[in-house]
Amino acid sequence: MGFTKDHLLARLQELQIDYSKYEHPPVLTVEEQAKYVSSSEGTLSKNLFLKDKKNRYYIVSAMVDTKVDMKVLSQRLGLGKGGIRMAPEEALTELLQVSLGCVTPFAVINESARDVSLLLDQKFMNQTRCIFHPLSNDVSISLNTSGLDKFLQSIERDPVYVDLEANPVVGKDQPPDLAVYVPSNSVVVPELPNKTASIQTPSKNVSAEKTKPAAASAKPSKPAGNVKSAVENSALLVFKDPEKFVEEILDKTSALLLSEMKVENVEALTETLRKRLAPQFTNLAVMYKNKAYSEGFYAGTHSQPKRPQ
Amino acid sequence: MEVDKKEETASDSSEQVVNPWEVSAKDGGKIDYDKLIDQFGCQRLDESLIDRVHRLTSRQPHVFLRRGVFFAHRDFNEVLDEYERGDKFYLYTGRGPSSEALHLGHLIPFMFTKYLQEAFKVPLVIQLTDDEKCMWKNLSVEESQRLARENAKDIIACGFDVTKTFIFSDFDYVGGAFYKNMVKVAKCVTLNKAMGIFGFSGEDHIGKLSFPPVQAVPSFPSSFPHLFPGNDKLRCLIPCAIDQDPYFRMTRDVAPRLGYSKPALIESSFFPALQAKNGKMSASDPNSAIYVTDTAKDIKNKINRYAFSGGQDSIEKHREIGANLEVDIPVKYLSFFLEDDTELEHIKKEYGEGRMLTGEVKKRLTEVLTEMVERHRMARAAVTDEMVDAFMAVRPLPTMFE
Repeated sequence: MGFTKDHLLARLQELQIDYSKYEHPPVLTVEEQAKYVSSSEGTLSKNLFLKDKKNRYYIVSAMVDTKVDMKVLSQRLGLGKGGIRMAPEEALTELLQVSLGCVTPFAVINESARDVSLLLDQKFMNQTRCIFHPLSNDVSISLNTSGLDKFLQSIERDPVYVDLEANPVVGKDQPPDLAVYVPSNSVVVPELPNKTASIQTPSKNVSAEKTKPAAASAKPSKPAGNVKSAVENSALLVFKDPEKFVEEILDKTSALLLSEMKVENVEALTETLRKRLAPQFTNLAVMYKNKAYSEGFYAGTHSQPKRPQ
Repeated sequence: MEVDKKEETASDSSEQVVNPWEVSAKDGGKIDYDKLIDQFGCQRLDESLIDRVHRLTSRQPHVFLRRGVFFAHRDFNEVLDEYERGDKFYLYTGRGPSSEALHLGHLIPFMFTKYLQEAFKVPLVIQLTDDEKCMWKNLSVEESQRLARENAKDIIACGFDVTKTFIFSDFDYVGGAFYKNMVKVAKCVTLNKAMGIFGFSGEDHIGKLSFPPVQAVPSFPSSFPHLFPGNDKLRCLIPCAIDQDPYFRMTRDVAPRLGYSKPALIESSFFPALQAKNGKMSASDPNSAIYVTDTAKDIKNKINRYAFSGGQDSIEKHREIGANLEVDIPVKYLSFFLEDDTELEHIKKEYGEGRMLTGEVKKRLTEVLTEMVERHRMARAAVTDEMVDAFMAVRPLPTMFE
């Protein structure tokens, strides 16, 4: 189980980090939080939990006014233009062990988040105090960045402050300036068993200006090729396993037969079967053949062909 | 020799614009395909050709042929003549990998090419123009290469046979015999000619100027010495959307000068956007298109909300006048994707005469598209990086004509 807010607060006290605590009803957005914690207490933060196509995760914590351009960020990290998007809800629970609306730099205290990269808004450094959730969204704490730094150092992390609004040129002679903060390890977040895996739909609705991460999208994202849920894996066996292949053919044929039983003329029925099933089965067979060939080819070439990163 | 007209630039909307980088109709109307055929100088694909295909392949011609989606050609009849005499051909098509998001419009040339490969039992080369997108869309080299591989997976998912298909990306493959042909072609096209055909200007960078030979030379079998060694006279057939015609007009012009056969073309019209605004589906407007990654729910929503309907405003009026089939998008889409000719005729009749309502047509379309997208998704999930490597490996294809 992850750290609780009480654990965290106790740890801050142990480290003699000065903070102020504000309790309030659970809040999911910065607007709501602002109703209970006034700006005189410190500057509010917006916290994004992001993921790239290679299953590496990032927390970006910024002042509310700071404009975080996802495209620019993605490029600065060396991920290309569309390389980064909001992480799905299960990553939030699995890796950060917090609930929706509760992304916070403090989440990196969890072992499960050891490979999550934390990027902090440089503008925090000029503020007297900054406000974050201490792992629970019914509490907010305000503290100085030096306190935050001390906390991070205590868990052997170097605090990383970045000018989030900068838009430097990224090109052949100007390497992405934030690429060094990309985690060296990717993390596989297992998909929940009752959801069938689906390829992640292009995230059209989420903008970087949303205050709390939109892990509200309940669709599981398909990690880059490697992890497939048990459901999908067995469905794909049909392309590899001769028995499953034959089973699929017989299943589909029987299903169609049963549904077309009303046709009295058996010849017409067989015609229908042919017409409806031939294209489907041809596709199935071609993919089966392709898989067999590819596996042979791979074995034949012995080594992993070079692939661009 | 074909006449090359300089295409008008975007600012002049009183003429329709069709070139590899822009497609828009005149005055916000529909694309005039007859005018296009006239202007480009290609031929209409008529019934007799379709019947010939039926006879030669002993199977029903593809739905895109029957419904006039692929409607124009250059020298397709000659290719069929030679095929009848026992002289085969190879197929060449391609994709510019500018985005990861593929929509149905993108799949159309691939679906048709797959049918051609199966029906005629011929090999296929597929070019991924990652260099073009790097230049035109200002992507990084790495990003365009990455997109090329991702798109390759969707292409493979359309059902191509690995023992008859070679997929290559320009960044990986250009060189050797391919490059030699590029230089030969480049020598035959003056700067002025290129500017006339493609609309280049003094402001364009020289990368763009030097790109057309890259798209031209896959039409020549000697560009692929590992596939067609010594078979320099092998004919090439190019299924593509009609906006690619300029590249191949140039190629056909150059070919005889190099002692090569001219590539034949078979060209398609544009897949209309959901909202039916003039032009074609655009990868930059998610609601103009159905994506291969859309869920059943997405498809249903998009069709219901955005598909432009030719139905009348009220049920009474609709039952009286019937739907306007000319502008109705669901019916148009069904004509692309509904296999059953009889059912389509029935829907057109009932809907056009007011007895069927828009909702029913949309429902049927949603079913058809969902099934298609599901099947694609399943096949796509089975495509591994190893499979992509196999398709893209420079290797001989000994059984390519079987």
